[in-house]
Parts: sequence; C-alpha cells; structure tokens
Amino acid sequence: MKFLEYQVKERFKAAGIPVPDGRLARTPDEAALAAGALGPVAVKAQVPVGGRGKAGGIKLARTPMDAKRAAGEILGMTIKGYPVREVWCETAQEITHELYLGLTLDRDARKPVLILSAQGGMEIEEVAEHHPEAIAKLHPDPWRGPLPFEVRDLIFRAGLGPLQAQLGPLIIKLYALARTYDALTLEVNPLALTRDGGLVAADGKLEIDENAMFRHKDLHGADESDEDPIEAEAKRRKLTYVRLDGSIGVIGNGAGLVMNTLDLVQREGGRAANFLDIGGGAKAEVVHSALELLASDPQVKGILINIFGGITRGDEVAHGIIDAARELNLKLPLVVRMTGTREEEGRRLLQEAGITPEASATAAARKVVELAATGQR
Amino acid sequence: MSILVSRASRVLVQGLTGREGSFHTEQMKSYGTNVVAGVSPGKGGTTQLGVPIYDTVVDARRDTRADVSGIFVPAPFAADAIMEAAAAGIGLIVCITEGIPLYDMVRARAFVEDAGVRLIGPNCPGIVTADEAKVGIIPNHINRAGSVGIVSRSGTLTYEVIQGLSQAGVGQTTSVGIGGDPILGLSFKEVLALFKADGATRAVILIGEIGGSDEEAAAEEVLGPGFGKPVIGFISGRTAPPGKRMGHAGAIISGNMGTATSKVQALQRAGAQVCDTIEEVVAAAGAALGQPSSAAHR
Repeated sequence: MKFLEYQVKERFKAAGIPVPDGRLARTPDEAALAAGALGPVAVKAQVPVGGRGKAGGIKLARTPMDAKRAAGEILGMTIKGYPVREVWCETAQEITHELYLGLTLDRDARKPVLILSAQGGMEIEEVAEHHPEAIAKLHPDPWRGPLPFEVRDLIFRAGLGPLQAQLGPLIIKLYALARTYDALTLEVNPLALTRDGGLVAADGKLEIDENAMFRHKDLHGADESDEDPIEAEAKRRKLTYVRLDGSIGVIGNGAGLVMNTLDLVQREGGRAANFLDIGGGAKAEVVHSALELLASDPQVKGILINIFGGITRGDEVAHGIIDAARELNLKLPLVVRMTGTREEEGRRLLQEAGITPEASATAAARKVVELAATGQR
Repeated sequence: MSILVSRASRVLVQGLTGREGSFHTEQMKSYGTNVVAGVSPGKGGTTQLGVPIYDTVVDARRDTRADVSGIFVPAPFAADAIMEAAAAGIGLIVCITEGIPLYDMVRARAFVEDAGVRLIGPNCPGIVTADEAKVGIIPNHINRAGSVGIVSRSGTLTYEVIQGLSQAGVGQTTSVGIGGDPILGLSFKEVLALFKADGATRAVILIGEIGGSDEEAAAEEVLGPGFGKPVIGFISGRTAPPGKRMGHAGAIISGNMGTATSKVQALQRAGAQVCDTIEEVVAAAGAALGQPSSAAHR
C-alpha cells in the first residue's frame, strides 16, 4: 500500500520529524484559503507516483490568487495515469541544500538498509549510478535497530558531520517509523536544509509491505485505482494482475510459471494480454474470479490457463474453470493445460465438461495462439 | 548420496493439523518420508495421520530426535515457527508458507544465521530427494531417481522441469526450490556448493527468474571452471516488460542487475549452457549425462 505525500507528512509530524506547515485542498478556492493562512506556498499534486514535478504537478504561488490559479491548473491533471484529485499547499521553503534519506530492504544483504546522501533531490538515481561514493549506507541489525554511534558513522561517511546533532535523532526516528508501519520504502527526498539552518522533510514516500497489512487494518493509503478499469477491478478482486499489450489472456499458478507462459506465448507468435497469478493453493472461486475478469476484457481474444499443481489442486481448479465457463457462457477460445497434484481428477472433470486439456505448456500456447488468430472456439 | 534430505531424515511438520499441513503430510508420508512428529500448539498429545502431535518443537525433538522441519504455519505466525525450530536445534528448516511480512523474515533470517541453521524458503515448494524423502509440496509422482540436481527460485516451474526430465528418462538426485521472496534462507550459491560436493550429482540445472542478483552472484562466486560439473541454466521472465511487478515481491527489475539479459550473460560467462525453453533444458541435461534419449525430443 502506498501513501500520498500529505499522508506521509502527517506521520512524519506525529513521529517528530519536522515538516513544513501545510493544508489539503480539493478545490481552487480551498487552495486560495490555504495560501491566505500560510503565506507563499508550493501547490503540489497528490498522486502515488514519482516524477510529478517534471509533469508540471508542482507550482509556487506567492498570493492566494496565484494559489487558486495554480490549483485550478493542477487539479484535473492526469499524471502517469493517476487523476489529481487533491493538492497539498505548504509553506514555501528557502532551501539552501537538498539531502537524501531513505530506508528500504536490501534483498542481497537480506537486511534493511538506511541510505544517506549529501546530494539529494530529483537526480538521486543518477548520483547513485555515477557517484556511488556519494551514497552512504548502513545495514542496521534487524533486532535492535540502528545505534546512535552507527548513525553518527553513517552521517560522517556521507560528509554531513556538521549536521550530526540534528540528523542523528531524525534518522533514528525515521527507522522507528518504518518499523511501526512495516515500510518496504520510507523516503525523505529532499531532506531540505533551510536558510535558517534547520532540516525539514520537503517530500516523503511510504510504501507498506502488503504481507503485513493484517497488522495495519485501520490504515487507508492512497487510492491507487488508475484509469485502467480491468486493473482496478483486479485490485478489488485481490488478484495479482498486470496489464500487458497483447491479446492472449493468461492465467497460471506461480509467478515463475506465469512468466514462462508469457515467454511461451511470445515464442509461438502471440502476445499476452496480461500476467495473472492465482498463487498457491487457489480455490475454485479464485479461478472463477480470474476467468471472469479476463472474459470482461475486450482486448482478450483467447484464454490460456496453465496450472502445475503443487499446493494447488487440479480438481479445485477444474471446478472453477467449469463453473465460470458455464456461468459466463464463455465464447472465447479457452485452452487448458493442467498437471501436478490431483491432475487425474482435474482432467477427468474438464473432459466431462467438454474441455480437452493439452499435453504440454508449449502445445497449449501454440493452440491458443492459433485459435485466437482464427477466432475459433 | 544426495543433498539436504535423505531416507535417514527425521521430519517434523509444524502446522501439521491445518488444511495444507495435513494434506501435504499425507503426501510426504506416502512418498516414504519418515515423518516422526507434528507440532500444533494446543493439540499436543493427540495423533493425526498416525503421527504424534506436540505443543512445542522442543517437546517433539526430545521425544523423536527430529532433525528436519517442514513449516505449513499461516503467514502471521510463520517467522516465529522458523525461530522456534532453530532454537530447538533443528538442523534444516523448510518453510513453505507464502506471504510472511518481510520485516518478520529479516529478523528470522538473522536468527537462523546466528543459530547456524539451514533455512530453505519461505514461499517455496521445498525439497525432494528422489525415491528417498520429500519435505514440502512438490508432487510425488513426477520425480525419478538419477543424477541431476535441480535448484530453482520458482515453484511451479521446478515441477515442470522435474516432470520433463523424468518423462525423458533423466532422473534427479535432489530438487530444491529456494523460493521467490526477497528475503530467503539458502540462495543459489549455497545450494550449488552442496551439489558440487555431492558425488551422486553429475549435472546441475539452475532455474532463475528476473529480479534480485542471486543468479549473478552464484555465477560469479560458485560456478566457473572449478565447479567441475555441467550446469544448465534457464531464466523466466524474458518477455516481461521492465519495471512491471510480476507477483513475487522479488521479481522487480532494478537497475541493470536483475534483468533476464544480465542473468543469462552472467551464467554464460561462468560456462553454463543457458536454454530458452524447458524442453531444451531437458534435452541438454540428457546430453550432459551422455544419455541423449529420443524421449527428450518427443
């Protein structure tokens, strides 16, 4: 789950990490009111993606009239597929220097990693690529978190020694916040050094581990429903779905197998319309739901279901396919390849329902590409 | 010979009384695995599938001398189950559970490392040593004893390879699914080192996928001329568009590391034969063993 900038800043503030004063506005008039109360403001589009500044989603406004005009331009923009419904108006900062501070999980080290750089701002990825020496990292022990001396060492390595008295406690607070929210990513970029010598979180990103959502049921993050109706529907159905640009709908179990199925479809001259992984141990209802979703996509000209049961059982999958095909009165070509746990029962059920399973994944990919091209059932 | 599990393994199942735990314990037993105990807190003293159930791993280990644990505990409790097994002195832990919070896993991983215990998974299909023992969910009937070792990040794709090999008459020593999560126990490197040292394994198949850099690390640190056995590689996700998430939290492309091209090239540099399809993997394994059976080209 991702959060919008203002939602992250509310949490920074509660955790004692300094942020500029700000107000949320849903209309140009609300933005004018915010500027009236705060003085000169930055009017910032609230969308769950990066790159909004370059897209024109951030404007400076000296007066309430300016703020009204800026909000009028930004509200209603669409940035990388996300319509802007809210703007965050915050006190304009006199920034003298931009730092980068972030925390994420380092999969190679199998540990969380704190990242600090004196060269923050929009170009941080280029800095990481071309000047890796300008990026300092600390892998805190996951049981005790970063200790003050480790954090001081990180700060000195980043060349930010003069700021250590302010920066040290801030980094420890950020780590605690990340742990509280099971953050996959928690980022302050830029962490701004202002003219008066203070540090302030000028922007913030927070993404929570989906696996940990059972601990955070009360949280509401960004509305991530973009303009693609099928992706939005897949999210509602809790299906792992990614939209692609071909015409063959693909359903499978296990990310590796589904990715390989996409590769096979391409080898046979087709292109997949999507990635859809029903995961391990899927019940009939999940298969039904997945098939229903793909059948609703006008881009899909044929459907390939590729199941290799381990924890997933063939009979469960077969029941889901049969029920869905019947209930939806499916007119599209449907090709099934099923093997693994309880494959005999699954194949027998399918055959009784008039669906002949294919012998191999390659054969199934070939057949669905062929049928989709000719429009046969 | 084989790696990690064998006929001599004494297997404990944590979460044996649950839906998945009981179904797969039955499968493991029917494969011939010596399942000596189950652990389900609150159900100690009962028996299920002819296996005694204990409240804690310590109790189970004291009575049964279990040395391997398979974990089928629901995700919110699975990291704790891993640490309970490690603290009780279990030498090899195989965690099947999918969806464990990553901070829980980061801690559990540090805990098992300190305990000097081997962890496979989580979110993995487990291990099978053909005709000897199975800990996990790999279907029984697809395995066939022989001399190919398999290590894979994907669950279902592993089954695909095992089945293809068996149908072509190419048997396996041990098949290991290391799992697809970002925070794992053993990675390719460690499993490949075990295969290198195993006298019965004459060729190794590595099944990788986009994301992370474990394939690259294995190619650079373990494979190469010193490995001494033919290695056949396969990478899935070659046509996946960059930057799209493909389900596994792990399968995210970041920078230049982690792309299919980076992995294929690293494996090739280390002398591995990288194949485009599972059928080619099967044929290459047969050829590497000097048994290019006609069945491999069916």
